[in-house]
Amino acid sequence: MSTNEIAGSANVIGSKKRLPPEVSILGVLIGIAIVFEILGWIFVGDSFLANKQRLSIIILQVSVIGIIAVGVTQVIITAGVDLSSGSIVGLSAMVAASLAQTSANPRAVYPTLTDISPIWAILAGLGVGLLAGIVNGSLIARTKIPPFIATLGMMVSARGLAKWYTLGQPVALLDDSFTWFGKSFNIFGFPLPLPVIVFLLVAVICHIALTYTRYGKFTYAIGANPQAARVSGINIGGHLIKVYAVAGLLSGLAGVMTAARAASGQPGMGVAYELDAIAAAVIGGTSLSGGVGRITGTVIGTIILGVLTSGFTFLKVGAYYQEIIKGIIIVSAVIIDQHRQNKRKKA
Amino acid sequence: MNGTGTMDATPAGGAAMDGGYLLEVENVRKEFPGVVALDNVQLRLKRGSVHALMGENGAGKSTLMKIVAGIYTPDSGSFKLRGEDIKLRGPLDALEHGIAMIHQELNLMAPMTVAENIWIRREPLTRFGFVDHGEMRRKTAELFKRLNIDIDPDVQVGTLTVASRQMVEIAKAVSYESDVLIMDEPTSALTEREVDHLFTIIRALRGQGKGIIYITHKMNELFEIADEFSVFRDGKYIATKLSHEVTRDDIIRMMVGREITQMFPKEEVPIGAVVLSAKGLTLKGVFSDVSFDVRSGEILGIAGLVGSGRSNIAETVFGVTPADAGTIELFGKTVRIDSPSTAMRHGMAFLTEDRKETGCFLLLDIQENTQMAVLQSGYVKNGFVKQKHLSRDSVEISQALRVKTPDMAEPIINLSGGNQQKVLIARWLLTKPKILILDEPTRGIDVGAKAEIHRLISKLAGQGVAVIMISSEMPEVLGMSDRIMVVHEGRVTGFLDRAEASQVKIMELASH
Repeated sequence: MSTNEIAGSANVIGSKKRLPPEVSILGVLIGIAIVFEILGWIFVGDSFLANKQRLSIIILQVSVIGIIAVGVTQVIITAGVDLSSGSIVGLSAMVAASLAQTSANPRAVYPTLTDISPIWAILAGLGVGLLAGIVNGSLIARTKIPPFIATLGMMVSARGLAKWYTLGQPVALLDDSFTWFGKSFNIFGFPLPLPVIVFLLVAVICHIALTYTRYGKFTYAIGANPQAARVSGINIGGHLIKVYAVAGLLSGLAGVMTAARAASGQPGMGVAYELDAIAAAVIGGTSLSGGVGRITGTVIGTIILGVLTSGFTFLKVGAYYQEIIKGIIIVSAVIIDQHRQNKRKKA
Repeated sequence: MNGTGTMDATPAGGAAMDGGYLLEVENVRKEFPGVVALDNVQLRLKRGSVHALMGENGAGKSTLMKIVAGIYTPDSGSFKLRGEDIKLRGPLDALEHGIAMIHQELNLMAPMTVAENIWIRREPLTRFGFVDHGEMRRKTAELFKRLNIDIDPDVQVGTLTVASRQMVEIAKAVSYESDVLIMDEPTSALTEREVDHLFTIIRALRGQGKGIIYITHKMNELFEIADEFSVFRDGKYIATKLSHEVTRDDIIRMMVGREITQMFPKEEVPIGAVVLSAKGLTLKGVFSDVSFDVRSGEILGIAGLVGSGRSNIAETVFGVTPADAGTIELFGKTVRIDSPSTAMRHGMAFLTEDRKETGCFLLLDIQENTQMAVLQSGYVKNGFVKQKHLSRDSVEISQALRVKTPDMAEPIINLSGGNQQKVLIARWLLTKPKILILDEPTRGIDVGAKAEIHRLISKLAGQGVAVIMISSEMPEVLGMSDRIMVVHEGRVTGFLDRAEASQVKIMELASH
């Protein structure tokens, strides 16, 4: 027996492709859709899936949550959490709407700033979100308080700001050039709303950023082992500010989209959206303990949430039952996923 | 095989009387998806003996221990405790049968007191169902007295040293009146004096008729404490022998199935100019006035007891905990090193002491682990990682270091300790360091990988890299270093040249 036998035998290093973890989540989505299809024929006498209108509404409904979830996924990968997304949606919707009013409005928030280009309204909405995200990130990076607390504070304060901004009044009568961003377009006979396109675009960009850029690699590294990341020369504080800024910016974008679709800004917009976004990320395989998660999974998780809501409505399940069942399904999905991952880890 | 007759499967000593064994495990087989972790393995533990398990990482020792401790269920095989067939349903069941494992990663709850930790789940209660702290304290004190342990039962476990925590773990195991105690590398984080104390306790336990299963990588411990030992290799049982019957070389041959020619092959290389010069480095409350030079091609060993501040010095030089006072000169220029990324920009690399805590990204794969440090300085264009190029170089370096894996996409958690260490070394070599700081580069890894890492360090020095190496293992420090700096209680107590250095001299300086 020679020295080479031991070292040499297992020394061929290659890189084989594995099945991505999203495949199983996709399976869950398809399974749920099929269940609704079958129940639909039994109880309603109609097809759940063969309905263009319904499919379009499903993803329109979730696209705002989806935009937030894409940002929250990145935060969760760093082993953090962002509870402020929903409140940022409300604040950003208010700010954007206030700059998108028409001069026909008798009580415009800024009477001198009516009928201006919608770009300013959009930029202001995005800017509010970005700023809130930077504040979140800086608090976490500089004071080392837990992300849960930092973003909880932002959640409460941003909601307060949204209400204070107009002393609780909604902002209505928005310019058509602004509400255009919430409209649908017929693409090959399929009604595709702009928020859906924005959602998919955001998802693709963030997927590329997480997978192929240094930004992405560092995001995973910080979540997987912050101490090792630090010793590897990664500036953890600086990077966390970036990640929370991205999440804030995307919440701001979601706020602008919400205001455009509703053609108004209301201080109560986006309440509890952060929880749906976190649920979407977690259903999609993102681990709350950090280091694990992918945008593709989050997109599928978001669609699962949409299919559940739409399916229950289609089956005429009462709203109370919907919520009860939805909670159970979220928890079950994660239990099953965790179980599956543990099995894989032992292998 | 290699002609030494190591396949002899009968236990040594001829004491195979029926019922003479405390624990008999025969023909045990355990498969994990894709690997046979144990292949018809046996283990017989006598009453009142210390039985060492030897083998390279991945030999199957830990799997066998987990079976004995009820953590894993074997696929097949027989399991006899005190002559009776039993089947363990879990770790708790094992504990109730008198089998206790003292884990490598200590399983104590840091914010709770020593007494609370020992009696958890079995707290003595008062008449009203409240925890009787007085009684608990008394029972703990009694237990400690029996074991000759001197720890305050009321102190928080989190404030104790690693050695003291281990004592608490042992006391906890003994408190279950366990007959079989399993110790997995108990000395890996202990100072010599603490090891002596541990051995005294182990001998006392042996005297009380307990059977102790002792996993170790350290050969001298085997001869000092073990009565007999079993060797495993690649999931197979090799042999059981009495430890006084064999030599060190015999054991190594059994473990690796081949000869290890030279353990510490530091070659003579020309030593160049001073690369790093630390002057009066101080970190308040940890170490003070530390000054030293390292030259290119030189290996500077840092010796000292655990807790002497040697790792802290390395962390400060690398910017993990920037110094409160003092200066660091690199290539003749004073540089303020306030973070690891600054240190890396100046050509430093730092292999940390704790692979799990500060080294590996356990959730990520080998490729990600290998590339994480170099992304600071290269292989990135406009923010995008040049993955193709980087993957090619990573594979190349992994092959050169003989990382044993079929696939760079394998999660690093599935590798053995030695292979993980090689991946971490690869991570730093990709950054092409000029100054390499190694903190316990071979802790807890098997002899084969150890020799490879030593050869590599020597080769790097030959290429002009300045190496700073911290190690608790005397032969390693003595064999590898050109010069040795000894640290004691946060102060440098002396430098020894390769020629004059000896174990005795180091110990004198390290303990004063």
